Amino acid sequence: MIQFRHVSKRFPDGYMALNNIDLNIDAGEMVFVTGHSGAGKSTLLKLIAAIERPTSGSIAINGQNIAQLKPAALPFLRRKIGFVFQDHKLLFDRNVFENVLLPLQISGFEQNTAASRIRAALDKVGLLGKEKVLPVTLSGGEHQRLCIARAIVHRPAILIADEPTGNLDSAYAQDIMAMFYSFHQVGVTVLIATHDAGLLENNKHRVIALQQGKLTA
Amino acid sequence: MIRTWLNQHWFVFILALKRLLSAPVTNLLSILVMGIAISLPAGVYTLMENLHAISGQTSISPQISLFLKQHATQDDIDHIRTKLTENKLVVHFQFISKDQALYQLQLDNGLNEVVQNLAHNPLPDAFTVDTQDVNTDAIDQLRTDMQTWPAIEHAQFDSAWAKRLEALLNFGRILILVLFTLLSVAIVAIMFNTIRLQILTRQKEIEVSKLIGATDPFIRRPFLYFGAIQGFAGGVTAWLIITFVLQILNDELQAIAGLYAMDLQLRSLEYGDTVSLLLFATWLGWLGARVSVANHLWQIEPR
Ligand SMILES: Nc1ncnc2c1ncn2[C@@H]1O[C@H](COP(=O)(O)OP(=O)(O)OP(=O)(O)O)[C@@H](O)[C@H]1O
Ligand SMILES: [Mg+2]
Repeated sequence: MIQFRHVSKRFPDGYMALNNIDLNIDAGEMVFVTGHSGAGKSTLLKLIAAIERPTSGSIAINGQNIAQLKPAALPFLRRKIGFVFQDHKLLFDRNVFENVLLPLQISGFEQNTAASRIRAALDKVGLLGKEKVLPVTLSGGEHQRLCIARAIVHRPAILIADEPTGNLDSAYAQDIMAMFYSFHQVGVTVLIATHDAGLLENNKHRVIALQQGKLTA
Repeated sequence: MIRTWLNQHWFVFILALKRLLSAPVTNLLSILVMGIAISLPAGVYTLMENLHAISGQTSISPQISLFLKQHATQDDIDHIRTKLTENKLVVHFQFISKDQALYQLQLDNGLNEVVQNLAHNPLPDAFTVDTQDVNTDAIDQLRTDMQTWPAIEHAQFDSAWAKRLEALLNFGRILILVLFTLLSVAIVAIMFNTIRLQILTRQKEIEVSKLIGATDPFIRRPFLYFGAIQGFAGGVTAWLIITFVLQILNDELQAIAGLYAMDLQLRSLEYGDTVSLLLFATWLGWLGARVSVANHLWQIEPR
């Protein structure tokens, strides 16, 4: 479903964040991306959603080369993906409900369907009681959960999570991981970047390790 | 499909209204500025429409007087009648016989005694000819033509008045055009800046929306609605200003008109003109927003 062919990413300042990456992720697969800080995990994930563009090589999603996508087609690629951002990217002038509403508005959901979906998503991350609350009053972990709710509310085919458990205690981290497993079980392709070794204990899924922009395993 | 579309637009409309109301003072001020800017040319236009109407009322519309030779016969008169009937430029004409003219003179000017003492009637037979309201050159041409008709002593076109009025109306038209152009540019510039500031304060929102799959039209829409709504509000303000000012002028005119026993009433914009004014103002607001969005949105690329 996701294919990297000789993908390199050099930032404008000359820094080589990813170096000749070859990668194949099947539909419905669950994959972890690990590596030290600065190894290129976030860059790799952003390439999939075309948030960053590769300097060389090609990336195909569902057989379609995303380098060849016209700018006008990018939004529709991104709507297939749910992205949990490392820095959350929440809107602080909108309450919890409205933050989760955004992806549904973008895809043009009808009001009532949207409301029930939002409640279901908030319920999954344990924020159902806080719909009307502004994000400033939420804790770091709650920010993270809100970001996850926003990423899953439109039921994307691909779920990408960049350090989704970074701010969570291990109990909540386990809950969140269980949630990701359940998405994987209903056929969603799941990619998770983490340097939390605890998450990978007893893990039976594929792990991709990055080191200085290169794949090591 | 259509429902979703309507839903989205309705939602965006409400969103834009909310944004407008979220900074009432600032937005009211810029609506006021836009209203004043639009009311200037639209006001001049209204005054001109009134001038036009009044000029029609007081028969300054082009008129040619045909004075016949003293010895003109009934055949000559009938011949002229036919020619006038056939002429396309002639809207209406009236024959005034010399006797009628003399009688009128007696009545009007109290020259009773003078007239009584005349040995014979010195006045000629005459026609007054109302022509179409075309340019003065065409009417002048018609007059010269008439001068050559048989039995015509003199064809007179009191063109000074008409020419003056035409010049005035032309001047007014150019003034309106210049004002409209300049102030339209001003309004677009105001809107450009308003939207630029809005985009700056909503940078994060735009960035996040792009990241999760918003199309450019989706991101543009609230700003365009905002511009259009504000333009519309500016148009309404302009209409209110014009109506209010005319009301004041009318009160003054009433006093003057009373002295001359005339019915002078300045009318506000007609229904069609009002609709055009509102549409145009809305379009200007939209245009300013559109240009601004086109200029600033691409600068916000998500990272
Ligand atoms: N926009 C940018 N311009 C220049 N260099 C960048 C840019 N974004 C990232 N980098 C560099 O690329 C490298 C990889 O960054 P990336 O964010 O992918 O690392 P990461 O593996 O996600 O690290 P972390 O675990 O800390 O999130 C880093 O050294 C970073 O400084
Ligand atoms: Mg990272």
